[in-house]
Amino acid sequence: MSAAPAAPQPCVEVDDLRVDRGGVRVIDGLTVRVPTGRVVGLLGPSGCGKSTLLRSVVGVQRVAAGRVRVLGHPAGSAQLRRRVAYLTQAPSVYDDLTVRENLRYFAKVLCAPRDDVQRVLELVDLGEQADSLTSRLSGGQRSRVGLASALLGRPELLVLDEPTVGLDPLLRAQLWELFGRLAGAGATLLVSSHVMDEAARCDRLLLMREGRLLADDTVAGLLADTGATDVEHALVTLILRDRSAASA
Amino acid sequence: MSIARTWASAARVLRQLRHDPRTLGLLLVVPCVLVGLLAWVFDGTAVFNRIGAALLAVFPFVVMFLVTSVTTLRERQSGTLERLLTTPLGRFDLIGGYALAFGLVAVVQALAASGFAVWVCGLQVAGPAWLLVAVAVADAVLGTALGLFVSAFATSEFQAVQFMPAVILPQFLLCGLLVPRAQMPTVLSRVSDVLPLSYAVDAMGTVTTRTDAAGSALADVGIVAGFALGAVVLGALTLRRRTP
Ligand SMILES: Nc1ncnc2c1ncn2[C@@H]1O[C@H](COP(=O)(O)OP(=O)(O)O)[C@@H](O)[C@H]1O
Ligand SMILES: [Mg+2]
Repeated sequence: MSAAPAAPQPCVEVDDLRVDRGGVRVIDGLTVRVPTGRVVGLLGPSGCGKSTLLRSVVGVQRVAAGRVRVLGHPAGSAQLRRRVAYLTQAPSVYDDLTVRENLRYFAKVLCAPRDDVQRVLELVDLGEQADSLTSRLSGGQRSRVGLASALLGRPELLVLDEPTVGLDPLLRAQLWELFGRLAGAGATLLVSSHVMDEAARCDRLLLMREGRLLADDTVAGLLADTGATDVEHALVTLILRDRSAASA
Repeated sequence: MSIARTWASAARVLRQLRHDPRTLGLLLVVPCVLVGLLAWVFDGTAVFNRIGAALLAVFPFVVMFLVTSVTTLRERQSGTLERLLTTPLGRFDLIGGYALAFGLVAVVQALAASGFAVWVCGLQVAGPAWLLVAVAVADAVLGTALGLFVSAFATSEFQAVQFMPAVILPQFLLCGLLVPRAQMPTVLSRVSDVLPLSYAVDAMGTVTTRTDAAGSALADVGIVAGFALGAVVLGALTLRRRTP
């Protein structure tokens, strides 16, 4: 285990979370801690409840039971609104505004300084498109507009739902580098992905299946535990193990 | 509620409209064209004066209802609403922003449509003409708030548009435009008493026919504003931070 001695208070604490969606239990008694200042990857097959868990952390998900605390406050409480940023899975930006107008609006809403807009534009490499209408951008560019808006105001926790979908490998590498830098500066990142090769860049991995947590470990720990050579195989091994345990 | 965030939201909605010049053009030109058509149809009769004024009350209501229900439906579906509700933006900031933005559009629309009706088509206005604009703005805010409210019950833009006949046509039929409200069957006239458009059309009628219109018309405007406020609150209740 790589946990530092006298670890600071975890950034996110989820205890026995249960969530029902459309009459179906999609998160079933999930308990997890997200350490402060780390990049934590949330992996799992599509439909396993990653987005639902992230929605619970930012406090927009109606939950059936359990407790979710973020930075010491109940998830979604008013004190957290400027300290926690959320990137939804589908890019939540205004198509009929330019990139800069989108960011200016979110900056105003977040009370972020006006020059923050230029800073985040450069962070996600959208300086050239700043004055283009968002609807004219490619899918990858649009998702970066959303990411830029999540970076406004230097939040302490970034909850990012599949931020690198549709991006080319170079850009993806740049963004993971950025995530690492943000964590280095003290921010916590909870990032969902179904691209397994990205997982290697996380400080910790959470593996989910059918609304439950299969593993919560470092990449090295996970590989050692499963005897796999990469995260993808480790995940498959864990899922097979879970399946045979369930049928036993 | 924060003035800065309300204003920022209003400015954002107006910017969205600015990038859509066709919609903006339709908002301003269509009422004028319809008023002109009406004046032409009833050329040389007194009917235009009665119906023309009422129509000036109906336009902003219908148009803002449609525009807002579709825009807010998009906001709900694109995820921007979910994103906004995780920020310090309150739901009244958002609704206030919409009401402010479309209220401003309504001022321009009302100035264009009533100016066209009075100066080009010869609509006779006995009372103070600024009251035409006041009624139109109250109506537009009402349309905005109702549009916002019904957008919660639509899951597609097709459905949102279908709410227009459902919510607006009954009010249009009962507002006194086709048959004076006093001459309707009792049940219908009672129903029309609780429909906001009736008061807007009454106010327009008063402004065009009476020189001492201000008091009575402003009372009607107050009632419309009351309905609008109620709709704003209902609309706010549909903006839930936590969703299933
Ligand atoms: N709005 C919704 N209403 C009902 N069920 C939903 C809704 N959104 C997702 N679900 C269901 O919840 C489960 C988990 O979904 P989600 O959290 O989006 O998974 P993931 O992000 O891991 O792909 C899925 O079975 C999905 O069908
Ligand atoms: Mg998802």
